[in-house]
Amino acid sequence: MTTRAKDINETTPWQKLTPGGEIYEGGTSILVDTGSWRTMRPVFHEEKCTHCMLCYPFCPDSSIPVVGGRRQDFDLMHCKGCGICFKICPVNAITFVKEEA
Amino acid sequence: MSIKERLSGNEAVAIAMKQINPDVMGAFPITPSTEIPQYFSGYVANGEVDTEFVAVESEHSAMSTCFAAQAAGARAVTATSSAGMAFMWEMLYVTASARLPVTMALVNRALTGPININNDHSDSMGARDSGWIQLYSESNQEAYDNFIMAMPIGENKAVRLPVMVCQDGFITSHAVENIELLEDNEVRHFVGEYDPDHYLLKKENPLAVGPYDISAYYMDHKILQAEAMKNAKSVILSVAKDFQKLTGRSYGFFEEYMMEDAETAIVVIGSSAGTAKEAIKELRSSGKRVGLIKIRVFRPFPMDELAGALSHVKAIAVMDKCEGFSACGGPLFAETRSALYDLDVRPKSINYVYGLGGRDIRVEDFEFIFGELESIVKTGLTGKIYRHLGQREEEVLK
Repeated sequence: MTTRAKDINETTPWQKLTPGGEIYEGGTSILVDTGSWRTMRPVFHEEKCTHCMLCYPFCPDSSIPVVGGRRQDFDLMHCKGCGICFKICPVNAITFVKEEA
Repeated sequence: MSIKERLSGNEAVAIAMKQINPDVMGAFPITPSTEIPQYFSGYVANGEVDTEFVAVESEHSAMSTCFAAQAAGARAVTATSSAGMAFMWEMLYVTASARLPVTMALVNRALTGPININNDHSDSMGARDSGWIQLYSESNQEAYDNFIMAMPIGENKAVRLPVMVCQDGFITSHAVENIELLEDNEVRHFVGEYDPDHYLLKKENPLAVGPYDISAYYMDHKILQAEAMKNAKSVILSVAKDFQKLTGRSYGFFEEYMMEDAETAIVVIGSSAGTAKEAIKELRSSGKRVGLIKIRVFRPFPMDELAGALSHVKAIAVMDKCEGFSACGGPLFAETRSALYDLDVRPKSINYVYGLGGRDIRVEDFEFIFGELESIVKTGLTGKIYRHLGQREEEVLK
């Protein structure tokens, strides 16, 4: 079986899985929700942001998308809620709030 | 053309490796398998093979090297024994579950505790559930033949499992016997090239090997792996058939020796089969209907076939060269007796744990066992099921 990772989910029968769980394409972690265990959540306040690009390299994941030199809102599917961006932001454009159920 | 030689079991396996000319060997020396990487590193130094010999600092790294090389698309081999294989433990499972057909020459030796360097099967029997195919050898010839058959079995695309080729430490590994070798080109043609569909060095085919597997997937991957082990059964037989065409030597899941009309039988693994055959020859000459089954393939376990081969027998003794500490018998006994359960009429069965840490077993010991089986048949009473053989008993010393 050479099923692609994008076609595998928690309803896929064992017969359709790949031997040893091999993955036949790159960048597949983007498909996996790894933000679900976050307890604190960063909130982006666009009106205060100067797009200094300090938060972007500090993010230990890749949860701050940048398009055309301007940072976008958080990718919360992959953000673990570590709070580094909130600490590093020089203009208070990021707040850090408790994740509500 | 076959080449007639006189070789030890270790030399025979090293020569099989040389003839195969694998891409990578990752190995660390441990008695009694040390000679295999020793001979092989000589072949590397003399330019007789193209193999990258990776001299690692431990057996965990030896198996990691083999894992990585095989994942990269290379054919990898190793050799080890006893505590060496025990130190590979984690990587044995990792290699099997990543479905990488590494080939291991295992020279069976007791696991330490108390310290012992001699032969028994506690190392490979401990690894029986690790997902490796296990082939056992009675003689140097069988160790050589099994090693040549290992890769066509393990690398088969319906299988993709690592294979360990086992022989008895010192008994076969260091004893010199007559042997028939194949020509190098015959071996290379028989084994062929390793041709995986996916491998890390295939740049047009990005690949990740051995990912983290959450509980939503782990079990399903294990079932795939278990299916591969089932598939290995027919592949083992078809490879044996091709091997027979090439050499005239015939192999199955097990060897049946004088079983056609046997009333009692012994089931055994490895070199002790040769001793048992001598006992059977002598007993047959005095009219006893005795036979032997020598297990060659322990993983996958030939359950139905073994039950079939034992179905006409009245009593059997299963010989374990490994103490399983189940308090009710060794691993071969547990599986053999389980195989018999589905028969409508079952032979009575007893278990002998024997030969631990190099304790010798003699022709007379097998004659004694057949005597015990004969009295079980006569009286209909099995008596003690889980027994040991070859130990000093208090009564004997008095």
